[in-house]
Amino acid sequence: MIPGSFEYFAPTSVDEALALLKKNGEGAKLLAGGHSLIPTMKLRLAEPEVIVDLNRIGALKGISESGGTLIIGGLTTHYELETSVLVHRKIPLLAQTAAQIGDVQVRNKGTIGGSLAHGDPAADWPAAVLALDAEIKAVGQDGERQIKATDFFEDLYTTTLEPDEILTEIHIPIPGENTKGTYLKLPQIASGFALTGVAVLLTQVENVCNNVAVGVTGVSTVPYRAASVESDLRGKVLSSENIAAAAEKAVDGIDDVLEDIHASEAYRKNLAKVYTNRAIESVAS
Amino acid sequence: MATLAGPSRLVGAPIKRREDPRLIQGLSHYVDDIKLVNTLHCAFLRSDYAHAEIERIDTEAAKSLSGVVTVITGEDIQDKIGSVPCAAEIDGLKTPNHPVLAVARVRFVGEPVAAVVATDPYIARDALDLIEIEYRELPVVVDMDKAIEPDSPVIYEEFGDNIAFTMPLDAGDVDTAFAEADHVISRRLVNQRLIPIAMEPRGVLAEYLRGEGTLTVWSSTQIPHHLKTFLSLLVDFPEQRVRVIAPEVGGAFGSKLNVYAEEAVVAYLAIQLGKPVKWIEKRGENFTSTIHGRDQINYVEIAVNNDGTITGLRAKLLANMGAYYQLLTPIIPVLTYLMIPGAYKIPNIKLELIGVLTNKMATDAYRGAGRPEATYIIERMVDLAAQKLGMDPKIIRFKNFPQPDEFPFEIPTGIIYDSGNYQETFNKALGMIDYDDLRDQQAARRKRGEYVGIGICTYAEISGFGPSIGVAGGGWESSTVRIERTGKVTVLTGVSPHGQGQETSFAQIIADELGVDLDDIAVIHGDTGRQPQGIGTFGSRATPVGGTAMLVAGRQVKDKMAKLTAHLLEANPDDLVFENGKIFVQGSPAQAVEFATVAAEAHNAVSLPPDIEPGLEATHFFEPEKFTNPFGAHIAVVEVDPGTGEIDIQRYVAVDDIGHIINPLLVTGQVHGGIAQGLGQALYEGAVYDENGQLLTGTLMDYAVPKATQVPHVENDHTVTPSPANPMGIKGVGETGTIASTACVVNAVVDALSPLGVKDIEMPLTPNRVWQVIQDAKKGANA
Repeated sequence: MIPGSFEYFAPTSVDEALALLKKNGEGAKLLAGGHSLIPTMKLRLAEPEVIVDLNRIGALKGISESGGTLIIGGLTTHYELETSVLVHRKIPLLAQTAAQIGDVQVRNKGTIGGSLAHGDPAADWPAAVLALDAEIKAVGQDGERQIKATDFFEDLYTTTLEPDEILTEIHIPIPGENTKGTYLKLPQIASGFALTGVAVLLTQVENVCNNVAVGVTGVSTVPYRAASVESDLRGKVLSSENIAAAAEKAVDGIDDVLEDIHASEAYRKNLAKVYTNRAIESVAS
Repeated sequence: MATLAGPSRLVGAPIKRREDPRLIQGLSHYVDDIKLVNTLHCAFLRSDYAHAEIERIDTEAAKSLSGVVTVITGEDIQDKIGSVPCAAEIDGLKTPNHPVLAVARVRFVGEPVAAVVATDPYIARDALDLIEIEYRELPVVVDMDKAIEPDSPVIYEEFGDNIAFTMPLDAGDVDTAFAEADHVISRRLVNQRLIPIAMEPRGVLAEYLRGEGTLTVWSSTQIPHHLKTFLSLLVDFPEQRVRVIAPEVGGAFGSKLNVYAEEAVVAYLAIQLGKPVKWIEKRGENFTSTIHGRDQINYVEIAVNNDGTITGLRAKLLANMGAYYQLLTPIIPVLTYLMIPGAYKIPNIKLELIGVLTNKMATDAYRGAGRPEATYIIERMVDLAAQKLGMDPKIIRFKNFPQPDEFPFEIPTGIIYDSGNYQETFNKALGMIDYDDLRDQQAARRKRGEYVGIGICTYAEISGFGPSIGVAGGGWESSTVRIERTGKVTVLTGVSPHGQGQETSFAQIIADELGVDLDDIAVIHGDTGRQPQGIGTFGSRATPVGGTAMLVAGRQVKDKMAKLTAHLLEANPDDLVFENGKIFVQGSPAQAVEFATVAAEAHNAVSLPPDIEPGLEATHFFEPEKFTNPFGAHIAVVEVDPGTGEIDIQRYVAVDDIGHIINPLLVTGQVHGGIAQGLGQALYEGAVYDENGQLLTGTLMDYAVPKATQVPHVENDHTVTPSPANPMGIKGVGETGTIASTACVVNAVVDALSPLGVKDIEMPLTPNRVWQVIQDAKKGANA
């Protein structure tokens, strides 16, 4: 498990990192927590010529609140999100998601930005950022832009980030009154990645679903919002029957369901429905 | 403990492992931690193909990479290094030649093809990418059922087929038993292939000193003494000048009970190059190229009467050898064959064991080694019989146990169980879990729509390997006990612990025997230069066999010390008491002589009685007369989530009878670890090869070993039926958990789903597979 040789840079600012990306082109790879990149390098599935280590860029770290939005630096670790008082107070769904990622070592080193940028179809964060209507801030050679979570995930291990862009922040609107969220997941037992992970954000008034957002990861080549579930349930009484009927639509319109040695297509479809049902049930009161 | 001499102070006490502080603090020295100056680093190029002819190898580019010292291929060294050894002796066994580097043909993915030596491990790795090989692919044999068909491609043309050996057994009158039985139950049961995954992969460091003419090899091995002998033969180096050291070894589970190609190649290269050479196995290599375990397809039938009496068993056992043999490959399934009746009296047994060659890594000993497979077979069949008869699985087991007064009990395969009281152990487990009440609860929960199952495994195993007639290369063990001049005690043992904790338990035994403090005893192992003779650690043998060798040596040295003390005190040696670092005449502790004083006298040698030689040291070789047979009863309660197939183990009770116990804390650790490993087979693990012989589960991202959070709380206890095989009455505990828990959990899950008509589920019981079985059952397609 020895990687090929590479050149290593550890810039201390985003501008410096961008310059290194520009100079080295496609041969350069950004290193955040390293939990996806380094294993693929050790297996020589990836042999980047240049590693740009982002870990010394202080501006990419930390969690803050600004005008009803939580701003999370791309280099913030899963552990920081799992244990942040601010996160627990404002968007507990994020802490709940973070707590279910990998294991202690992964959470200590892995970062939310690194995970999102890697575009793993079975990572945990996509479900949460989709359900929370997050926006992802990217800085490139020509300035910065905000990408809606629903526009961010493109294909297997592919996002709409450009190779010379750096994911700097995740902006998440703080949910309003009467809104509760949860993330439920069945992990693939070896890797800890999601065979299915469902994040739900439910706004209810009395016993009626005012609004619901359902993010699904692990099921398809691209994490998605279960739009049919959402539209079915919106405005309805949150009875077990209604929730179950809506959850049955968890894979409606999804035609690229994953299948591998760990789970069949049929099983993943079933999990999406069952976990959607259970996730909504658990926040409906 | 009644069988031990002297007042018992430490034996039986739950003393924490003396090994642990160094392990926890990272102060241990594994092979890779041993640094010798000018060490060169070796890397192996391995076959990407499961079956192919090597048409061309070009190593020129690799050789010309700066820092590369040499590159060797199979052709380069085929006359210089012997073949990988196999110790199996079975009638009619076809044994393929197993070159250390492939010559002309590769037969499994991961087979070493070339070795690179460079000045650092990075260069060695880079050089592998520069070796050019052209392969011509051959038909691949991966499926055992197909491999034994006459039209299958063959792996060795000279053998004519892929059948390595066939071993029949026909005991009693099986045909009559089946003809007259009320019911016959048939089943195909698969014991899937597992990968041992020791925490520390393998590693070898070899140093040849030209002036002294010595070869020293550090290897992560369970058998340093056998390795010394085999290496001397493989690289043609005089054995008296070879020293093998197993330093700290980070787990093995049987996977290092072997002599591997890399060990011979590294030793050869060190001799040739005159510099130390090191190879540290990568995790990926550990997956493809260290032995695998299990991998049997078992076609089993049992004959049972309406009252639950099992009258006969018939089975065809297909055992996957892989493409080559490692040290014990063909022998492992023989243990399945021998132990197939388990804990039951089954008078009529007919077996056919068939070893099958395939284009996969060799199988060999993996914790339990043949016995978990046997237990799985018989425990599943007993449950299927109970299901068929509508009988409680508890009742059918009691019905077929031998009675306590029938021991020593001979089973039709020829094994004689040393001692046992299966009823007592099972009753204890049933009581701990409140079985009858549990069945009532289950009925109530089922009415609420819950899928709750209770699984039982009552097992009998064979261990304490063993009499030399039953262990290739000898089953004895050797130990030396030496009292140093200062009164400190050095214990040298031929067993080679790698996580079991004998530095603690052996010291407890000797501390009691000699009346000295635990801290005054060092237990030294894993070095053929210090303890010249030994066999090693495997088959739950270290304490029953190695511990006995040590106990006897300790008593011999104590006798000598007593004679010397008697001379000094003008007393009778038989009246002396060894206690708290002092020796005194029984009843007169005030006139004690210090243990250390006697030790000094023995070495100063000026006032020795005429018939006593200087020094205080004794060596004993212990040859056990028989195997030991631990047994026990495990019971699990599970709930299955019908929506997802997830399994929740809600209770797990283990009552094991391993004879007398030296250290209950270590025993509990062995039981817990064993159960975790058995659960791994039941629920998570399985080496998956595709039709091209590629290992699909070749990383820890795809191959699941149980993690701490995935293992249930275990309630464990014991009954004590001493073994007559050794003076301490010990049976051995290293494998009990692994042997019992696999069948126990599968039985529980099948029981949970039995209201749906489910009879069986193939392992591992992944949520996907369980869910699928539920779907099929609901559609009426009964498993």
